[in-house]
Amino acid sequence: MRITVTVNGSEHHREVEPRLLLIHFLRDELRLTGSHWGCDTSNCGACVVWLDETPVKSCTVLAAMADGRQVVTVEGLARGGELDPVQRGFAQCHGLQCGFCTPGMMMTARWLLNRNPDPTPVEIREAISGQICRCTGYENIVRAVRWASEYEAQARSGGGLQGVLPNQHGDDDAEVIT
Amino acid sequence: MQVPAHVEYEKAASLEDALSLLARYGPGAKILAGGHSLIPMMKLRLVQPEVLIDINGLTDLCHITVTDAQLRIGALARHVHLLESPAVGRYFAILRDAEQVIADPIVRNWGTIGGSLCQADPSEDLSAAFAALKGTMVTSGIEGIRTVSAREFHTGPYETVVGPAEVLTEIRVPLAGISGSAYLKVARRVGDWPVGAAGAAVWLDGDTIVDAGIGLTAVGARHFAAAEAEDYLRGRPAVDDVLARAGEIAAENCRPVSDQRGPADYKRHLARELTTRVLRTAVRRARENAAADGYAA
Repeated sequence: MRITVTVNGSEHHREVEPRLLLIHFLRDELRLTGSHWGCDTSNCGACVVWLDETPVKSCTVLAAMADGRQVVTVEGLARGGELDPVQRGFAQCHGLQCGFCTPGMMMTARWLLNRNPDPTPVEIREAISGQICRCTGYENIVRAVRWASEYEAQARSGGGLQGVLPNQHGDDDAEVIT
Repeated sequence: MQVPAHVEYEKAASLEDALSLLARYGPGAKILAGGHSLIPMMKLRLVQPEVLIDINGLTDLCHITVTDAQLRIGALARHVHLLESPAVGRYFAILRDAEQVIADPIVRNWGTIGGSLCQADPSEDLSAAFAALKGTMVTSGIEGIRTVSAREFHTGPYETVVGPAEVLTEIRVPLAGISGSAYLKVARRVGDWPVGAAGAAVWLDGDTIVDAGIGLTAVGARHFAAAEAEDYLRGRPAVDDVLARAGEIAAENCRPVSDQRGPADYKRHLARELTTRVLRTAVRRARENAAADGYAA
């Protein structure tokens, strides 16, 4: 069947089998290999992308179901060569180790911050509770999302960012950004 | 690598279109809503439809509305919509409680209420919640609309009364009197099926229980309900020892089986304890609702 999917703002037309999963469409057809194909059973969340602005597990969505819809993948987070604050937060706070879960974690984090710009650590943990970091690096993932939240709050208030946001590598005071 | 077997695909443009596609393709066709139960089943070859009829475009099945008389939930409403509906949280706390522990936030974004109910997994939470609320399922077919009570909806594991040429379109729950409700689940981790779960709805007149609904999940309860415990509660005072006795009756009348999530006697213990706890919470909420609405209860 013929489908048209807008991915990261670009329209793609492809002839696909109806049984093709969205994750394989993105990785194999469009060569967007940022989204990772993990457990295949909707448990791990490595494959999370946005479908019409909502995070979904793309191993459990058919490419056919995305026909006529908008998809955003991790490749779509950076704008004009500028990393998204969520990406910067993961870099600043050592939010990834092996990196396999990272694309999915970041897509959920961006969505969370769009809905809730100042989430508590508990709210962050709830948001990513359907996603698994096999390195068990959850502490730093939570810190990374908090970093992005604080960064965006500073940016919104027009405050200078230089020197305000410390590098955070798991220090005890890592969450204190005032 | 898990991928579904070869399948044909049709996108329904309307409910009528979906029904005529079902009629054209026969029993080999399956309705595709969120797909979060169906696609994993297809990957495992537990189900192998010849044709998928995608109804995700039927936006008129996505509603959640509360009127004076009832809550109406479109079958295509996503779990997240039920979870985040202020009206549902206010009047049907059992649904909000249940949705907080169904699957995980990402799955709740796309999985649908109707899909969960039609999957009819014995461990699925909403079946018990709607059994407790004494809801009604509405199905549409070429020959018209049928309604069936939530407790009659399931005919067995993974089986419902929805015919091969029918679609579940709406769930209705009556909104009447002074009521409160709650749901509790014990699970090993986020996203796992429950070891056991219970939901309750109570309707009060002063301190007397006028009516009660108790739903049980994953413990082998007939129709996901604890009818004997409900019978016991009707007309009795809403006090702790009565609620505890109802928990015992619920546990005595369910038939859990031992599996990797726990032994049968532990699940029976959960049925008793969770039933008692959700009844207590439901009674407290009924009193709070009454106070908020200016009634004495």
